[in-house]
Amino acid sequence: MLNIRNLHARIDGKNILKGINLEIKAGEVHAIMGPNGSGKSTLASVLAGRKEYEVTEGSVDFLGKDLLDLSPEARAGEGLFLAFQYPIEIPGLSTTNFIKTAVNEVRKYRGENALDAVGFLRLMKEKMAIMNIDQSLLSRSLNEGFSGGEKKRNEIFQMAMLQPRFAILDETDSGLDIDAIRIVANGVNKLRNKDNAVLVVTHYQRLLDYIVPDFVHVLYNGRIVKSGTKELALELEERGYDFIRSENHIGEEVK
Amino acid sequence: MNTKEYFKEQFEQSNVQDRNNLLDVVRRQAFDTFSKLGIPGAKHEEWKYTRISGLFNKEYSFGVNLTQDPLTQADIDAIRLPGHESANELIFINGRFSAQLSIVRSSQLIVLPLEEAARGEYRQLVEKHLGHSSKYQKDGINALNTAFVQAGIFICVEKGQVPDHPVFIYNVADAKAVNVLSQPRTLVCIGEAAQVQIVETFSTLGSQESFTNQVMEIIVEKDAFVEYYKIQNDKANAHQVSTTHIRQIGKSHTHAVTISLNGGMVRNNLNVVLEAAHCEAHLYGLYFQQGSGHIDNHTVVDNVEPNCLSFELYKGIMDDASTGVFNGKIFVQPQAQKTNAYQSNKNVLLSREASVNTKPQLEIFADDVKCSHGCTVGQLDEEGLFYLRSRGIPEKRAWSLLLQGFTMDILEKIKSPAIRTYVDGLIAERLEFRSHGQQEID
Repeated sequence: MLNIRNLHARIDGKNILKGINLEIKAGEVHAIMGPNGSGKSTLASVLAGRKEYEVTEGSVDFLGKDLLDLSPEARAGEGLFLAFQYPIEIPGLSTTNFIKTAVNEVRKYRGENALDAVGFLRLMKEKMAIMNIDQSLLSRSLNEGFSGGEKKRNEIFQMAMLQPRFAILDETDSGLDIDAIRIVANGVNKLRNKDNAVLVVTHYQRLLDYIVPDFVHVLYNGRIVKSGTKELALELEERGYDFIRSENHIGEEVK
Repeated sequence: MNTKEYFKEQFEQSNVQDRNNLLDVVRRQAFDTFSKLGIPGAKHEEWKYTRISGLFNKEYSFGVNLTQDPLTQADIDAIRLPGHESANELIFINGRFSAQLSIVRSSQLIVLPLEEAARGEYRQLVEKHLGHSSKYQKDGINALNTAFVQAGIFICVEKGQVPDHPVFIYNVADAKAVNVLSQPRTLVCIGEAAQVQIVETFSTLGSQESFTNQVMEIIVEKDAFVEYYKIQNDKANAHQVSTTHIRQIGKSHTHAVTISLNGGMVRNNLNVVLEAAHCEAHLYGLYFQQGSGHIDNHTVVDNVEPNCLSFELYKGIMDDASTGVFNGKIFVQPQAQKTNAYQSNKNVLLSREASVNTKPQLEIFADDVKCSHGCTVGQLDEEGLFYLRSRGIPEKRAWSLLLQGFTMDILEKIKSPAIRTYVDGLIAERLEFRSHGQQEID
């Protein structure tokens, strides 16, 4: 589904990603872990098309298309979704109006008819139940004055509404207590199936207790330095990131 | 002929002589003021950024029935507001009230020619309140309107009355053949515990230039409630100075929303004078200017008596090479203790050539008050744009949503659903035709 080859990216002249290779197949859940500053969020941003990042080398193939060649909205149309680490507040735009516009724009991109009011409402009711989201939240301005937990739940709710083929969760657990993590993870699990895939970007192992990954990759200094199964996450939790550093002798990396 | 001489000739022709006629006396005084002050130039502190004197280098037709073919209902149909079928419609053509075209549907609403009101049972009200705005607009342009008051109107809602329909006022300039100067004048008295909703628009017919110099003075008595909406969406060669002066002489409530979406050089003066304790005033404004248009909002909230509350929020979007001015004065007089006065002005610049000058001005002479003010000039958030696009919303549509979101907290202050939908539609239409998003400004 997604094939990242030798991806290099930088921001403000500073190299952040230094050759990422990663293949994700339909039905899989991958986790990317790593210390702060290792490039986790940069990878998520580059995949979603944030323009501040410049790709200097490499390629990303998504369902047979050159992902890097597409605008952010086209990436969404193709089925990519990024759950933001810090969802943006948009005053004056109601959450419902926003989601309705997004759903219908994505449908339009895929050559499908726009949902009518009844169809949209039905879809929304169904997904609201999954995410424990209240109608009152959806009539408020998008993310404005939402608590951290509400923002993250709203991200996964959007994911449920847009039904992406491939979702990136960028530190969705950050700032959440364990109950909120459980709700968010539960939502993600209900959306998993054999045709879609998820990339979980996280600093901590605890989210992976609830969204169990098939593969875990450790990102360090802009590269994936170790890959394994879910046990790797437990090992990291126990031993800290230092053992990766010593094991790989990457502290001396020459820039 | 220069401007002053021109108006002198016009004034003399209109034969304002009768010392027993209240309007003649007021007019003559105002003309003397105009003769002294003239059209305000850039040296006038209140007109530093809004230079209207240049507009008077052109010739305008002014005064009596200049049009060969009088306008008909069909002409007015093109500019009617939604909901007009159940509204009182008052129509000014080139500054003169047209009783023929106007329709008063509410029995609770009294509409009289100003001349008649000044002679009859409302004489005292007219004498007391007509021209009060000149205390705040100390300039020749305000005096010019008063000097030529004729065919203005007096609107009255008597004690306890609530008209069953809103009052729509159309200020129409018939500029089909020539440039036109219009000077509509209205005095409104809202009696004790009465309530009214006024919606005002400005429209120029034809392709010649128009300059509208309008003054409306509104007197609000105890326990009365006034909603006032001004909607400006005229042509790029339609200029105006539009003064709305609200005197709350009893404990009362006003709610004013000023929407300026177009026009050439547009200057709005909104004065709210809180002359009784426990008055409440809400002032909202939204301006979205384009091309080389200019929009200037000057507001005054004068707290004369204690315990008043005023809340003011103006928001602006400046596109292309448009220029904007916001000047918000709050006065708190020595006896006006416990005043609560809040003011905020927020601007978004969409292009490198657009600019806005914003200036809060607080003059506080009491010591136990709560006042705040703030202003911002900036760009829309790129992060917000990316967020919307990452959900599949194309860039142009995302811009529109962000800008509409920016306008929302003003639009929701329009209490009439029909008018709110109308204004929202005008903004959506404008956004639809914008080709670009936002230029990066260094």
